Amino acid sequence: MARVLMKGNEAIAEAAIAAGCRFFFGYPITPQSEVPEYFSIRMPEVGGTFVQAESEVAAVNMLYGAAGTGVRAMTSSSSPGFSLKQEGISYIACAEIPAVVVNIMRGGPGLGSIQASQADYFQATKGGGHGDYRLLVYAPASIQEACDLMATAFDRSQKYRCVSMILGDGMLGQMMEPVEIKPVEVKQYDNSWATVGWADKSRPRAVVNSLYITHEELGAVNKRLQAKYKEIAANEVMVEEFNMDQPEFVIVAFGTVARIAKNAVAKLKEQGINVGLIRPITVWPFPYCSLEKAAAMNSVKGFLTVEVSAGQLVEDVRLGVNGKKPVELHNTLGSVYPTPDEIVESILALKGRK
Amino acid sequence: MSEPVFKKTSMLTDAPTHYCPGCTHGIIHRLVAESIEELGLSDRAIGIAPVGCSVFAYRYFNCDMQEAAHGRAPAAATGIKRAVPNSIVFTYQGDGDLLSIGNCEVNHAAARGEKICVFLINNAIYGMTGGQMAPTTLIGMKSTTSPKGRDPEVNGYPMRGAEMLATHEGTYYAARVAVNNTKNILAAKKAIKKAFEYQNAGKGLSFVEILSTCPTNWGLSPIESLEFLENKMMPYYPLGVLKDKGAE
Ligand SMILES: Cc1ncc(C[n+]2csc(CCOP(=O)(O)OP(=O)(O)O)c2C)c(N)n1
Ligand code: SF4
Repeated sequence: MARVLMKGNEAIAEAAIAAGCRFFFGYPITPQSEVPEYFSIRMPEVGGTFVQAESEVAAVNMLYGAAGTGVRAMTSSSSPGFSLKQEGISYIACAEIPAVVVNIMRGGPGLGSIQASQADYFQATKGGGHGDYRLLVYAPASIQEACDLMATAFDRSQKYRCVSMILGDGMLGQMMEPVEIKPVEVKQYDNSWATVGWADKSRPRAVVNSLYITHEELGAVNKRLQAKYKEIAANEVMVEEFNMDQPEFVIVAFGTVARIAKNAVAKLKEQGINVGLIRPITVWPFPYCSLEKAAAMNSVKGFLTVEVSAGQLVEDVRLGVNGKKPVELHNTLGSVYPTPDEIVESILALKGRK
Repeated sequence: MSEPVFKKTSMLTDAPTHYCPGCTHGIIHRLVAESIEELGLSDRAIGIAPVGCSVFAYRYFNCDMQEAAHGRAPAAATGIKRAVPNSIVFTYQGDGDLLSIGNCEVNHAAARGEKICVFLINNAIYGMTGGQMAPTTLIGMKSTTSPKGRDPEVNGYPMRGAEMLATHEGTYYAARVAVNNTKNILAAKKAIKKAFEYQNAGKGLSFVEILSTCPTNWGLSPIESLEFLENKMMPYYPLGVLKDKGAE
């Protein structure tokens, strides 16, 4: 496909189709409604299935059922709707069903706003639903990256039989950018666990389940899940390290906020101040190693976490820096986004303090 | 050697069930399993267990099975049937699972005319969690959350599933049956079988509500429970076919 100008939500849907997704279950909510709208047009064209569910709860459970048959399937929503999906996501994670979910974040808590936000960071990276499970969470900063990561998200969900998540915000979903939806080589993984009807008696009867009633059984399942998350953490970290040649300060930000921060880095460079940027592309697993490395650099005097939430990302930054250097927070709340100049101000304030 | 006069259906596994003595869940399992086998649908069947006393149904039905979250079986069934259109998909749900927490999912699956079978096991109580009030608990009936008996002023009125489901255009078949005596068991089997036949013919949602007992939480003996079912439940939940588009 050639480079075309596309809205983020629509490009995400098209990229999912390129990644082999043929089943979408969703419910309208701003600012992600173009995802179901686009699928409703495209799925019939590619022999796929679009179902507008009666709720996010139903949508995620349709995903449970469909993905439990081994097909590539997904759901998407925005913050209030995504909260409703947490029960289903916990079940999908425990049943080890490969599935992809998309959250185009908006301001909260409650009904919040319909504009962008990053305040679902904890929900995405620290759990969200009940029990010990993790999502493999990709946080793209551009529409092109969102599309490329969609292919990775589907592949890894199949490979590890886990839930992959694309964590965007209303800005990413609503803006338009030139994008190329690249062809994807869809790799087939073993599907003998899937419930498709037991005609093939060479495999055991398939049961998709998350109930393990004895403490021994549930203990063993949790152990297996944790081993899998450990493997994911070891293999799947993605991070962009930008301008990290002997920086004086390091900004940490993800998604669209990292793009704003990049402008601040350029402006600071004009003033002769060398500032680097660490942009987690996977927010779980989190690139703690990049922060550890940066914290050990002699040139680095401190870190500035920039986020549109009340101090969520900064907790992971502090874990990575581990007290070796000061970590400051530049945050805005609700759906208020920072400007490059405001970030520059914060860096100058840090510098003045030294 | 003489021919066996009875053989357990191959659609049930050999796992011993965990149901209480006198509980009619087991009879209903057998009717569903026999129907699938007799229609030659075993290899295409995918069942969905609920959350409730029949949560372990995935151990007993000898076909591919999923275990869904509380009340969400019709949504999971929708996903399965859409993904594997040639499969024969059924949900097996208690009255709390289907009429309370899962009321939204079942009604919308019916409205969409999903080509699935939905079996509602109505025992007028929450069995698994220890006898709390269900949406089907009768007026005056005691439960652990209506200790003085269900009072409509406080708790409202019991809900009739088959009548409600019959209102949807997408529902192809809706019936209420019971498993308290041989005659009714045979009629129940007929209704369950019909539901599978309709699905196999590509028709819309088939819904069979089955009146069932819970001796343990009703505080009655198995025999008394069968009597309670007949004398107390049937007047409020009349048996019969509420809708049959195939017969119209
Ligand atoms: C989300 C959620 N809420 C509550 C429960 C607890 N729970 C388990 S079974 C059940 C009720 C089951 O009653 P019913 O559906 O009538 O089936 P029965 O046990 O009588 O066969 C409840 C409330 C749960 N497992 N999940
Ligand atoms: S608690 Fe009631 S419904 Fe559950 S198995 Fe026992 S008798 Fe049957």
